[in-house]
Amino acid sequence: MEEQKAIKIHQLTVAYDAKPVLWNASVTFKKGKLTAIVGPNGAGKSTLLKTILDFIKPVTGQIEYFVGKQSSEYKEIKNHIAYVPQNSTVDWDFPATVLDVVLMGRYGHLGWFKRPRKKDKDIAKEMLAKVGMTTFFNRQISQLSGGQRQRVFLARALAQEADIYILDEPLAGVDMKTERIIMDLLKELTKENKTVIVVHHDLQTVEAYFDEVVFINQEVLNNGPVSSTFTKGNIDETYRQDRNLGEEEGE
Amino acid sequence: MMWNQMTLLFNDYTFQIVALGTGFLGFLSGVIGTYATLKKESLLGDALSHSALPGIGIGFLIIQSKELVGLLIGATISGLVATAIIQLMSKKSSVKFDSALSLVLSSFFGLGLVIMTHIQGRPNAQQAGLDSFIFGQASAMLVRDVRLIAIIGMIILLIVIVFWKEFKLFSFDPDFGRTLGFSGKFIEFIMSTVIVLTIILGLESVGVILVSALLIGPSVAARQWSNKLGIVLPLAGAIGFISGILGTIISSVGNRIPTGPSIVVVLSIFVIGSLFFSPERGIIAKRSTYKKQRKYFRKQIELLEEEHEK
Repeated sequence: MEEQKAIKIHQLTVAYDAKPVLWNASVTFKKGKLTAIVGPNGAGKSTLLKTILDFIKPVTGQIEYFVGKQSSEYKEIKNHIAYVPQNSTVDWDFPATVLDVVLMGRYGHLGWFKRPRKKDKDIAKEMLAKVGMTTFFNRQISQLSGGQRQRVFLARALAQEADIYILDEPLAGVDMKTERIIMDLLKELTKENKTVIVVHHDLQTVEAYFDEVVFINQEVLNNGPVSSTFTKGNIDETYRQDRNLGEEEGE
Repeated sequence: MMWNQMTLLFNDYTFQIVALGTGFLGFLSGVIGTYATLKKESLLGDALSHSALPGIGIGFLIIQSKELVGLLIGATISGLVATAIIQLMSKKSSVKFDSALSLVLSSFFGLGLVIMTHIQGRPNAQQAGLDSFIFGQASAMLVRDVRLIAIIGMIILLIVIVFWKEFKLFSFDPDFGRTLGFSGKFIEFIMSTVIVLTIILGLESVGVILVSALLIGPSVAARQWSNKLGIVLPLAGAIGFISGILGTIISSVGNRIPTGPSIVVVLSIFVIGSLFFSPERGIIAKRSTYKKQRKYFRKQIELLEEEHEK
């Protein structure tokens, strides 16, 4: 069977002010695969995610999204992409329960003004069960541990019932139990032919967890199946380089 | 004697009007202020209100009367200009946000004082009481001012109800909200507008210096008592409402006591009380749980030691 595309990025350049963060990046994320994006700090991993999610407008380049057969614009398939931000980006003292937060995953389907119904609550609870937090549904979110917060965020993304899942360092600072639950669920998603893209920081676990790997350090240096691409040579190339791409051109 | 004074006061038409105005204002500030504090924008509210002063003065110089709507439009414009300058400075220059904020806040406030002093020196009787905008004088409120507060307040509350889910989403996790297909810019705009309008409405009775306390205080107090936004919000409104009315009573009974400070003092009592005495989150409750825990641990250790000895 021919491998299908989920997201195709073509010659993407992204800059904050005059400084390029991503330079001429081209990469295709395959449908139904679990892909890790790896690279050193400041390599542009999160920037790539944010550009895919249309938070940042690229200087040049295109991103095509494939939910059905044809390529679409971001606007058309917004509801088919679920995003799990780093859990440090929100205030966990916000007055909300675990169920409140997971229900937010349903808001996109509800659209403007409509309130969540029983069906949405059922879906939210189902997803909480998947991440092993059924008994926590009525818990205030400030009382959760780091790993539990991450699982709540994952449950929220699952409640979106999307086709493409994008996660920003979901395993950073979580306990072993959470790590196992998250990776099992992500694997399960790919079995349903859903696409999972993860910014990953731990090189030790890439081979065990992922199907595909993308090496990034301002440019996309290498990408492909973990079995053939995750080599010492490629790792060294990505992490050793002291690149200052595009600075001359930028100025 | 005291009782008589009170009944007299409560039967007083002017007092009823003013208390209604400040009470409603307190309610509104409590509700909207909760969003401002949750979004960590309470300082911006402070800057906005202080910077409203020159706008009030300039508004008066232009329309030559104390017509509230005119003055408040002036206040809004100068407040927004100031916040725009703060944002611009912290983003585009090397000045940090907190420095930009205090710099702009105090220079606008200074300019406001200059204009106010200039107006006071003019041989026109019209300006009397204009300086009440600094500390607030609720007794200057007219029936139509209260009506204005009530109408705009109702619209604001309606917006909160209609946008309930969207406001909650965007005050918790705006990035995630945008990925769901909601227009972040639109919701942020509505939320900011609602916050700005609430501040502006409070200027006359509470004054530019203290109006942000009315915005922050109730939500801080209310947050201590509940973990649910659906309860924190109305509770903050109730605390704001009671503070508004009690503050107005103190201000009316006393001789020339400005309303703003009275309201804020009452409010502060609520805040301090909540910080100390609320269950779970209160300082006292936390201390006792901590002590209980220590006692428990000590006992566990003792048991272990006993077992060891055996």
